[in-house]
This record gives sequence, C-alpha cells and structure tokens, in this order.
Amino acid sequence: MKPKIILEGEQLEITITRLCHQLIEVHDSFQNSVIIGLQPRGVYLAHRIHKKLCEILKTKKIHVGEMDTTFFRDDFRRKELIPNKTNIDFIIEDKNVILIDDVLFTGRTIRAGLDAMLAFGRPNDVELLVLIDRRFSRHLPIQAKYIGKTIDSIESQKVKVEWKEIDGKDRVTLLTDKE
Amino acid sequence: MSSLSVNHLLGIKYITKADIELILETAKNFKEVINRPIKKVPSLRDITIANLFFENSTRTKLSFELAQKRLSADTINFAASSSSVKKGETLVDTVNNILAMKVDMVVMRHAHPGASVFLAKKVKAKIINAGDGAHEHPTQALLDAFSIQENLGSIKGKKIVIVGDILHSRVALSNIFCLQKLGAEVMVCGPQTLLPKYIESLGVKVELNLKKALNWCDAANMLRIQLERQDIKFFPSLREYTMMYGLNMEMLDSLSKRILIMHPGPINRGIEITSEVADSDQSIILDQVENGVAVRMAVMFLLAGRMN
Repeated sequence: MKPKIILEGEQLEITITRLCHQLIEVHDSFQNSVIIGLQPRGVYLAHRIHKKLCEILKTKKIHVGEMDTTFFRDDFRRKELIPNKTNIDFIIEDKNVILIDDVLFTGRTIRAGLDAMLAFGRPNDVELLVLIDRRFSRHLPIQAKYIGKTIDSIESQKVKVEWKEIDGKDRVTLLTDKE
Repeated sequence: MSSLSVNHLLGIKYITKADIELILETAKNFKEVINRPIKKVPSLRDITIANLFFENSTRTKLSFELAQKRLSADTINFAASSSSVKKGETLVDTVNNILAMKVDMVVMRHAHPGASVFLAKKVKAKIINAGDGAHEHPTQALLDAFSIQENLGSIKGKKIVIVGDILHSRVALSNIFCLQKLGAEVMVCGPQTLLPKYIESLGVKVELNLKKALNWCDAANMLRIQLERQDIKFFPSLREYTMMYGLNMEMLDSLSKRILIMHPGPINRGIEITSEVADSDQSIILDQVENGVAVRMAVMFLLAGRMN
C-alpha cells in the first residue's frame, strides 16, 4: 500500500502559520512565555514556530529551548534510547511554557517532558502544541491545546514527519505495516 | 549504535572504540544535567547498586556515590575494613550474600588484579571495575579521555605523555588502552625502575627525560608515586625523584608550547607536581573530578540499559 500523505509543503506551512496565530491570540507579545521543543524531532517544529512568530511579531526576543526527555522516560530498558542535547538557557520559573512535539501518540514522551521541565523551575502554566494528534491512542490523560491536524490511526501504523532541515522536504505521512 | 557491546565494565581492554565513544557522548548529556539547578534525573530509580571497596578510596568512591544519587539509584556501601572479610569470608561469598539482598549492579575496588573479571564470571549482576590492583581503572581512563576531548577538541592524533610510576599504576594501563583506541599517540616517561619491562610491546613510546617528553606532548598526565605499593626502593629518594621527574612552573614555562596538565589524584604536592603547577590555568585537574561524575553516570546508565 502506498503511504498516505497527511500534510505536505504549502499545506504544512499554512498549518504552522495558523498555529502561530492561535498562540499569539493567547500569549500576546510572548513577554512572559517561552517555547520548548522536545528532542529529537519536536525541536524542528519548535524552531519553525519560533521563526514564524518572530516574523509576525517583528521581534527577536522570544525564548526557545530544546529539551531531551530520555533520562525521565518510563520505558527505559524496554527499548534502546539515545539521549540528545538539552539546550535551555533561560529560567522557566513563573513563565508560561509552550511544549512542542511533532506527534502526540501515547502521551508518554509528554509525561517525561513535564518531569524533565521541572529541573528548570516551576512554570506558571504549561500548554502543549503538536503537529499531529493521533487520537484515541493515549495511554495517559494528556491532551494538546494546539493541534495541527488530528488523525485516526491504529497502533501498528506509524506517523513519519519529515523536515526540510534534515530530510530535504516537509512532509507528514502515515505508514502502514512493513513500509 | 546506542548500546554497549559488553554487560560489565571490567577494563578498557574489553570494550571497543564504539563503546568508548558512546560513553563519552552520553557523558556530555550528563554533564549538562549536573550543571542544572536540579541535578537529579530519575533514570535508575528502580536499580540498587552496591559499592564494594575492598581497598581505600576517597575520590572514586565519592564520585560513584554522587553519580548514583544523581541517577536516583538506591545504594549500599561496603568497606572491607569493617566487614566479615576480616573473619575470613571469600570474595564470592561476600558478594553473593550482598546480591541475595537483590542488588542489580556492583561497583568494586579490589587490591588483586583481575578480581572484577573473576567476579563477573561468578555472579549475576552488572560489575563495574573501580580499580583492581595495578591492572585497570577504566572509569578513570574514560574521564581522562573525556577531559582531553573537552579541552583539545578531539583525541585522534593527539600526543599524550603519562609521567611517573607506570609500574604500579592501574590508571596508566587503562589510559594507554583508551587513548590508543581513540587514535592518540601515547608515551610513558619515568625512571627506568618504574617502567615495566616490555612496555614498548603495547605500542607506546618510552622516554626517560621529562623535558623531552613534555616538549613532545599536547597533554601530560602526572601520576602519583604509589609508595604504598612499593615494597622495595625503586629510586634513591623522593627528593631525587622530584628533581628528575617533578614538574615545576619553571619547566612548564620553558616548553615550546602550551600543554594540558592532568593528575588522577590524590596529588602529592611538591613531589610529582608543585602547587603552582597544580593550580595553574594549564591544569585541568578539577575538570577531571567534575567530569568523573558525568562519565560514571554515563557508564551506569548504559549498563543498566542492558538489563532487560
């Protein structure tokens, strides 16, 4: 079966722009808000959104960080995990944090992310933004506030998000077994 | 590659270049963790680790303990001087009794070379060698490599000299294996009586003149004279050793280039290096101590990852 394309090129660009406007609606000028992308692949979306927000708001003063959740995961030793870099050069104490990841599936990465984040302070408020929400597949009571696209999928399927920066093109596809 | 090729860390001899690189890469992430306001991660919260020190240690023991606490592991400590070992219990019995209390990992220092290799064959637990006699001290070599890499950018092609009591040093042997696997050139320098016979067969250069050795190298690892292991006299006096092989500021300033000064500790100030050198900006001795915690966290994290 051919992989099903969920989002691609300009469509993806439009979705990101829409997410940015939704963020501005809530966070205004981002004076007290920060963006944290989750490693490994949420960071690309975080940087895209950061760039777009800076363009729209004509500012360069929005904080963006990268956070790795490996050491906080609950499935350590169940599968091979490779730690990535954490790069947060600001304090999140009393800030409104927007956590960003590419795909929301079981919710376990986000749970680890919430734990990992506490090492950098006590935030005032935490919101979750994802590009793809695979609904009805959660293992934990976690929901995103901002969603690029909601899809229905079964557990054996995989959502593959490709970014221009590393994969050469912007594309989201749904893969079925053995693809 | 995201997993080690071994189940125990018994010595650098037994692990591959890829293993060393994986440990150093993981240690970078842990170094970032231990510099956070909250320095603790929950990775090993379900793991119990026994620290068995059959031989005295301050730095290594503290470093391992701190690394375990930063990883949220539960720990039990054991010192031979206050235990049933004095009553004649064998090593395997002691360890098996401890393992019966459901311990997952053992960090062991022992005066006999090969003690950890022996133990790894006899018991079911991950074993980390924290020094076995004059054989190996793998985590020290890894943290030395990490510190060199951090300061010089890479290890491949770099020239490292190990100065002093090579004969009684486990640090020297592990360092030689580790640096060579990572592509460095290694030289040993010291009085002939403290250099093992046939050391050249390990592929290291030998130099008896300290100044020549220092002019050749990018980094110098100054070892301590291990008087406690020397049952006979290997050199006429400590004063004479210091005059021939002690590093002072005058010598350091006279070199053709700036080199890094390392020391595995504990320092005998005024013997192998003077206080001025130990505290100079070329010395990375305290970096080594900080990196030791990160490297040991990486080793325990990666070994626990193989515990399915």
